[in-house]
Amino acid sequence: MSTLKFQSQAVAKPYFAFALILFVGQILFGLIMGLQYVVGDFLAGAIPFNVARMVHTNLLIVWLLFGFMGSAYYLVPEEADTELWSPKLAIILFWVFAAAGTATILGYLLVPYSTLAEFTFNELWPTMGREFLEQPTITKIGIVVVALGFLLNLGMTILKGRKTAINMVLMTGLIGLAVFFLFAFYNPENLALDKYFWWFVVHLWVEGVWELIMGAILAYVLIKVTGVDREVIEKWLYVIIAMALISGILGTGHHFYWLTTPEYWQWIGSIFSAIEPLPFFAMVLYAFNMVNRRRREHPNKAATLWALGTSVMAFLGAGVWGFLHTLAPVNYYTHGSQITAAHGHMAFYGAYAMIVMTIISYAMPKLRGIGEANSNKAQVCEMWGFWLMTVAMVFITLFLTGAGILQVWLQRLPESGEALSFMATQDKLALFYWMREVSGVIFLIGLLAYLASFFIGGKETAKVSQ
Amino acid sequence: MSESFTKGMARNIYYGGSVFFLLIFLGLTFHTTKEMPQRDHRENLTESVARGKALWEDNNCIGCHTLLGEGAYFAPELGNVYIRRGGEGGFKAFFNGWMKSQPLNIPGRRQMPNFHLNDQEIDDLAEFLKWTSEMDVNSWPPNIEG
Repeated sequence: MSTLKFQSQAVAKPYFAFALILFVGQILFGLIMGLQYVVGDFLAGAIPFNVARMVHTNLLIVWLLFGFMGSAYYLVPEEADTELWSPKLAIILFWVFAAAGTATILGYLLVPYSTLAEFTFNELWPTMGREFLEQPTITKIGIVVVALGFLLNLGMTILKGRKTAINMVLMTGLIGLAVFFLFAFYNPENLALDKYFWWFVVHLWVEGVWELIMGAILAYVLIKVTGVDREVIEKWLYVIIAMALISGILGTGHHFYWLTTPEYWQWIGSIFSAIEPLPFFAMVLYAFNMVNRRRREHPNKAATLWALGTSVMAFLGAGVWGFLHTLAPVNYYTHGSQITAAHGHMAFYGAYAMIVMTIISYAMPKLRGIGEANSNKAQVCEMWGFWLMTVAMVFITLFLTGAGILQVWLQRLPESGEALSFMATQDKLALFYWMREVSGVIFLIGLLAYLASFFIGGKETAKVSQ
Repeated sequence: MSESFTKGMARNIYYGGSVFFLLIFLGLTFHTTKEMPQRDHRENLTESVARGKALWEDNNCIGCHTLLGEGAYFAPELGNVYIRRGGEGGFKAFFNGWMKSQPLNIPGRRQMPNFHLNDQEIDDLAEFLKWTSEMDVNSWPPNIEG
């Protein structure tokens, strides 16, 4: 029995499933790195830290991209009120992207990075070896091809169907994602220029267009689970993403404090990035407001929990922890310390991992033909996963913040000559790193509980009551 | 939210605001790139420095180290390592010895792999780190330890 409004929405399922498989890999490599932080020579020969980190961050990016694509294939046809333009193209692109992604990760793991660079002719068009953009140039070209096919498919679907605000915002976000990725191909010999435009990919993704994607997905799920009038939800959506871009575009300046850039960026970056928490705060108000004003009792309680959770955790991780070190006089001391790591972890989990799990939670029971929601038993298990992962991430963030504050105190604040060296400081932070690693294990247990929920059957919950 | 504030108004703020600030951002970027030659000293960017940057990338150094605060936080900051480890007088000798003695194999200590670079390559990498340390980056880091 199919429970989908449009059959072509089914192409989302492999995207979601593969995203979650990669997510498991990301966490396993995270645990390896976490251990290497305190047992420095752990697996040092087989998986050096730089390899583990590259796998950890690249898997994160790729699974989120799979999640975003799955979300788009799921929600765009329904919003446009028409079948997807080409389900076949979506499936072909799935296999292309999955194969390219897997080959790239295997390349990282099986040969030294310099060999990978040589095999993929990096010297012809060098783009490798920069944080988050480590993929061989050929993989990057593959990403562009997949993105173009994906955008074509969605664009044609929207053109022949309804143009809702959610679809338009999602589309703007996805086009932005593709356009800003093109800066990954610009790698001049001049490190100063390289670094400046590298942020056009990194910052304008996560503190720019990705927020549009997150906002659109959240709006879609909120309409579905609360039954609140679309006009109200879409108005909030526009207000939130307007604040996100108005603050976030010039907020890029907070990365230009300590480059070969004029000092005015310290003012612009500080002022605009101080506004960046506002859209996330608005998102919390909005999510809770809409759920309180709900006009239906949706049986999928887990999806509602994820929707509320992502707004809160995005506000804490991206908003509060971002603000913590964004003002130039503070950032002078915290830049590139464990404070940055703390912020990065909670922000990515709260804003992006959780929004993907929100729509997976909502869509999967329908994609699997179960109905509006999983059984109560499965939902309880999923909620255990939610709480274990989320609480573990709070503790990971707190321990890294503790490590970061101590690091700044020992290594950055004293004068030259009195300050501890980097390596001596790291030894003093060991207790924090151990506790972070324990929290990481709890996170993995939460992830396993979450995944187990997909295999718990049982009776379907009550039908939707209007 | 108030009824008199409509979805259309919200949409216009979104489109108008985004375009407005994007244009300002592009304008400032234009100005910044005009200012950068005085700060990055690109007149000193020799072929050796360029080769050094390629080596830096091909060996994924950023996967452990930070360079001007960006990268991984597992190993020391290298934006100012040239100054920290001897500068004009001693850096190159120190650096050559350091690269060749990896991995240190001290039990429990974080291990840096050996990247099997030859003397010419080590010199290029040193030139890249020297050039980087001479960029004017608004007096960061706060002290020599990076």
